[in-house]
Amino acid sequence: MSRASLFVPLGVFVVLAGLLYAGFFLNDPHDLPSALIGKPFPAFDLPALGTAETAAARHDAADLQGRVVLVNVWATWCPTCRAEHDELIRIHRESGVPIVGINYKDDAAKARVWLARYGDPYEYNIVDRDGTLGVDLGVYGAPETFLVDASGIIVYKRVGEVNRHIWDAEIKPRIDALTAKTDGAGDA
Amino acid sequence: MGLAMRKLRNMRMRIRTRAVVALLLVCCAGPATAQGVIDAFVFDDPAQELHYRALLEEIRCPKCINTNLAGSDAPIAADLRATIYRLIKEGASEAEVRTYLQARYGDFVLYDPPLRADTLMLWLAPLLLLVVGLGVITSVVLRRRRTVVALSDAETSRLAELLRATAGAGPDKDPS
Repeated sequence: MSRASLFVPLGVFVVLAGLLYAGFFLNDPHDLPSALIGKPFPAFDLPALGTAETAAARHDAADLQGRVVLVNVWATWCPTCRAEHDELIRIHRESGVPIVGINYKDDAAKARVWLARYGDPYEYNIVDRDGTLGVDLGVYGAPETFLVDASGIIVYKRVGEVNRHIWDAEIKPRIDALTAKTDGAGDA
Repeated sequence: MGLAMRKLRNMRMRIRTRAVVALLLVCCAGPATAQGVIDAFVFDDPAQELHYRALLEEIRCPKCINTNLAGSDAPIAADLRATIYRLIKEGASEAEVRTYLQARYGDFVLYDPPLRADTLMLWLAPLLLLVVGLGVITSVVLRRRRTVVALSDAETSRLAELLRATAGAGPDKDPS
């Protein structure tokens, strides 16, 4: 038993403390890496929100294809969606990227009132009353936002609010890259 | 030693026993209390219901950090229970349901992570720790055994003498 071995417990403590300290800076445990990145947008066939007259229209996954589109999962019961709404309106106005809404487990009448009152950044809204498309998308709350490329592949997912920072840092660069790619393909 | 003192000591013993029992109960009751949610799902086949129950226990609620589907009141947990019910009714096996949910919610929903290169540490760490622990215990025991030194003849007789001398005094009496 050498004197140096007396320091073994201290060493163990330091290593353990270091590991636990590093744990502070790991990802938020609430962050779920999406299993759907790089996968096609799941098939669906759901009614549009529309007005009372157009409510009979339906949409499916093919409607999303052919261009880069943001798909935003929202509901009137979701306070963060309200906070996010103005940013979606700004994004739609300033960038022109089409935004498709999924009205998730919500009341259609309330959703129409919401859009009339706060403005409507959506090209159209899909009514997912029972959350079935939500399950297929791996949605576990609202808001969630998906970036879908022209071939209908999900390239990015944001859980939680899309704000100015997220738009600038994570979404806009991806949209720019995707449009540059399709433009390049068009030229060739 | 008065009766009151003895009573007090008995009471203390009893309290300590109760505390230990309570602690054990708390430890054992953990998983059982997780079965908080009951949905009115009807199965024609009892085997299907067993599969359903087993899956609720082992699939993690995506909204909650550490609750399974069986124990969560979150709306998404209710949706996933309904989804599992539908899949099972359609004749899906447990493995198929697991794959279905994993494809949508990722490894997060599985309490048993798949064995892959990036999860290898997770699976091997307990084994490694066990090996390290056994190594430490073995080395400590071996060292201790080595330090036992046989007494010399002179020491043996001195020990016997000391024992004889203290034997007259008798063992220490219990103060009570």
